Amino acid sequence: MVELTLPKNSRYKDVPGRVHKAAVGARNVKAFRIYRFDPSIGERPRIDTFEIDLDSCGPMVLDALLKIKNEVDSSLTFRRSCREGICGSCAMNISGKNSLACTTAIGECKGDVNIFPLPHMEVIKDLVPDLTNFYAQYASVKPWLQTRTPAPPDSERLQSKDDQEKIDGPSACILCACCSTSCPSYWWNSDRYLGPAALLASYRWIVDSRDEATGERLDMLEDPFRLYRCHTIMNCTEACPKDLNPAKAIAEIKKLMVERRH
Amino acid sequence: MSNTGRPLSPHLQVYRFMYTMATSIAHRVTGAVLSLSLILFILWLVALASGPVYYHALVVLLSGPLGTVVLVGLLASFWYHTCAGIRHLFWDSGIGINKAAARLSAYAIVATTIVLTLLSSYWLVMPKVHP
Repeated sequence: MVELTLPKNSRYKDVPGRVHKAAVGARNVKAFRIYRFDPSIGERPRIDTFEIDLDSCGPMVLDALLKIKNEVDSSLTFRRSCREGICGSCAMNISGKNSLACTTAIGECKGDVNIFPLPHMEVIKDLVPDLTNFYAQYASVKPWLQTRTPAPPDSERLQSKDDQEKIDGPSACILCACCSTSCPSYWWNSDRYLGPAALLASYRWIVDSRDEATGERLDMLEDPFRLYRCHTIMNCTEACPKDLNPAKAIAEIKKLMVERRH
Repeated sequence: MSNTGRPLSPHLQVYRFMYTMATSIAHRVTGAVLSLSLILFILWLVALASGPVYYHALVVLLSGPLGTVVLVGLLASFWYHTCAGIRHLFWDSGIGINKAAARLSAYAIVATTIVLTLLSSYWLVMPKVHP
């Protein structure tokens, strides 16, 4: 359902946030405005402002978050792990665009750095959204090899270099959810529309030359919502921190749907 | 949404309004405007069927400043919806569906809309200049 405004318990603009000033004498100060929600205190979300001296901070947005957590407010909650753009944990909305905190340079952000959780998701705490539905949708496309023929007795199931190249791109998805949560169609219909990440994963197996369940995979997607809620807005491809192209994958699935009718 | 009591994270409130969303929503809005404009078309038919007095009144109304604004707006909607629709046809056949091409085609459809709207608006006001 399209709901342009936030539910009452989610409105944050009129809630006063805390301001943590930079230390006296700091020269290179940048303000980080961060969405805060603490489930234990029964208050609506608020925006806290943290002034950070960039002269004593690493270059990435994740560095600033860690600095805040270590030195200013240890209750600031976010997911992070690899700090090099391969685990997908630190996906969040930074300066209005979904990306990974670890691969987004503070210098890329003009003015104050506004940091929100991934959009239109239930917030567990601060920058941590509930990804249960997102993962369930990923599982629903059966992201594994399905075969009927027995495996060759003396080798793996081989594929040509060209066939491998078809899945090189989509296989590089790290499931950070930047794409799906950037998509207005997903915002309004995440209960029924699978979203770009799950569809990219599905495409990865549909075009895999070794997979033998292409028909079933397409059958599952042949649905007004699961696939066809994609209206090619292209936010997904713009958001992907790995430079993948979910929009193209979805367009290719739609083409296969048409082609198999003839 | 579910009843966990958890807040919903902000979406439209915080997402940067990029060319992707702008061209998409404009495509929908112009489509809706064109559908609504059918009411105007029916009015025109009714006026035509009701005789010269009514028809003349409608022509005067549409030739006035408000009518001109509405008609030029409809022309702009028509051209934008057509151009964006063609862009979607290319995308649906797998052509130009990547960041670089999409940025370029966003500029292209807006520029084409402006040019075609200006040209067709000129044609629209011509009869008044040379009756």
